[in-house]
Amino acid sequence: MSRIASVFKQPAHKALIPYITVGYPSLEATLEVVPVLASSGCDIVELGIPFSDPLADGVTIQKASFCARKNGVTPHLCFEVASKLSQKVDIPLVFMTYFNPVFSYGLEEFCSACNRAGIDGLIIPDLPPEEGSELEASTQKQGLDLIYLLAPTSTETRIRLVTQRSQGFIYLVSVTGVTGARDRLPADLEAFVGRVRQVATQPLCVGFGISTPEQASRVARIADGVIVGSRIVQYMEADDSLLSVGNFIKGLRHVLDELPGEEKR
Amino acid sequence: MLPDNRGYFGDYGGRFVPETLMPVLDELAAAYQEAKADVAFWDQFDSLSRDYSGRPTPLYLAERLTKHCGGARIFLKREDLAHTGAHKINNALGQGLLARRMGKQRIIAETGAGQHGVATAAVCAMLGLECIIYMGAEDVRRQSLNVFRMKLMGAEVRPVSGGSRTLKDAINEAIRDWVTNARDTYYLLGSVVGPHPYPMMVRDFQSIIGKETRQQVLDKSGRLPDYIIACVGGGSNAIGIFYPFLNDKAVKLVGVEAAGRGLETGEHAAPLMAGEVGVLHGAKSYILQDSEGQIRETHSISAGLDYPGVGPEHSYLKDTGRATYVAVSDDEALDGFQLLCQTEGIIPALEPAHAIFYAARIAGSLDKEQIIVVNLSGRGDKDMDIVVEALGVKP
Repeated sequence: MSRIASVFKQPAHKALIPYITVGYPSLEATLEVVPVLASSGCDIVELGIPFSDPLADGVTIQKASFCARKNGVTPHLCFEVASKLSQKVDIPLVFMTYFNPVFSYGLEEFCSACNRAGIDGLIIPDLPPEEGSELEASTQKQGLDLIYLLAPTSTETRIRLVTQRSQGFIYLVSVTGVTGARDRLPADLEAFVGRVRQVATQPLCVGFGISTPEQASRVARIADGVIVGSRIVQYMEADDSLLSVGNFIKGLRHVLDELPGEEKR
Repeated sequence: MLPDNRGYFGDYGGRFVPETLMPVLDELAAAYQEAKADVAFWDQFDSLSRDYSGRPTPLYLAERLTKHCGGARIFLKREDLAHTGAHKINNALGQGLLARRMGKQRIIAETGAGQHGVATAAVCAMLGLECIIYMGAEDVRRQSLNVFRMKLMGAEVRPVSGGSRTLKDAINEAIRDWVTNARDTYYLLGSVVGPHPYPMMVRDFQSIIGKETRQQVLDKSGRLPDYIIACVGGGSNAIGIFYPFLNDKAVKLVGVEAAGRGLETGEHAAPLMAGEVGVLHGAKSYILQDSEGQIRETHSISAGLDYPGVGPEHSYLKDTGRATYVAVSDDEALDGFQLLCQTEGIIPALEPAHAIFYAARIAGSLDKEQIIVVNLSGRGDKDMDIVVEALGVKP
């Protein structure tokens, strides 16, 4: 069983999965925040490798990617950062990036560098399973989980396809849209998660637009994990002491742990 | 028949998009297949192409240009005379009809030079559809006349100030809108780029250029041309004129990319000449990228060619050798621009001015019996400010 899969084997535990862009606001901040996230109750951390054309991202992560690239962040540097972090923390780390930097690096080389750096999985939002076979051959060889996404527009056929292929967990995109904090989650979120649950054997984690403890609590009642991105990036922008991001994470952890027993499955 | 059912032309094409859009692309591909097989759809397309767009556009023998070059006869396919001033209307019309057939009321599009935006705005006005155009802030500045035209026809123009503030960023933003409004919005993509089925669909609508050209050149000279020359940004006017000649192996197909300030300077927009294979905007193709797989900034004097990617079918035609690709610089394009103004009294857009320059360069070395067809993909009114600035013309 992969390290990611074993996160979801803890009884009555909901996974908390933050996203940060590597090198934003600074490389030091990335190196400091991940141990804080781990000790504040996160189960997996997504490390974003910045890309020049992040077309699935809203303004917060676009800006973070732009600044990180200006700070000199490259995939090579992200591997160095990941190596340091995987020495410091025990929880699984996954890379989130777009397909071109991976393709350009070379699929096999990229996956083997992930393995050496202690990375456990990959999330690539512009790589649907139809285009993913070649990368899967390399991720399997290197013992990485390739995590695919589903969206509210996904048909039953596509849900079956992704449930056959996704490893570690399935990333459910809560809304039709790009990443970014939102005031409210869609009314049909429960129905969407339910549709996937009927078919999937993997854990289901929901992301995009989740920015408050109330939203996290609603998601955790139906899903196995909660993914929070843009709000964390915003906290890191606003307060470089990392106190507020630590408190925010502790607050989320608290609501996930306080769910009534029967809703923890 | 290419593309295959996964949208590949050999190694190029495919669908590299967020999951949210995958079902939307399936729906689009199915709707297009159905429309493609429906005679009534093409009747409507043909009738509006004739009465609205003004097709067929003429094939014009440019006698003074021919004489000036002293070699092959040069014909111009006059897409500049099509409604809204460029070939872009063919695709906008085809996809506009498809969107209406699919029951989509909200249309979004990206534009570089503004020609696709203007064509889309016109078709949306004519079909009664809501129209939103994403345009890089830099392009809004350098093509302000087209911005005004779009607004006059009822479109909302949204300037995009991210990244390089040009076509690439306008496409990113259009895709973000599309992901957000996937259920009720039709993305009217303007070139043979993007995820399947766009490269195929846009090619099919633009191939009306090549079909007409083939018939016209046979009527006028009793034989097929030796060369067909077209500029290539995303590559829609080039594919449009090349496609009906693909099986005529004796006809040489030449695509002209933008060498900008020179290929050696790195400031250009020539992915086929100086790029590598990668994935941009949903398709695998030649692209301009750095050693880390980040998309590079591009430069061309012509906004319509200022793009780091190219349609996947061009990548395939390059690799198979069926088409050849060359690059022409900003300065050379300005020479081509002036040459056509002075010899023929035709003001071309800066995009096809690249093709004009290359045609004029090779014509002299060819026999007088040989024939070159240049796709004059658009007219130059939109470029007056840029040309005045570049040439220092005094009124």
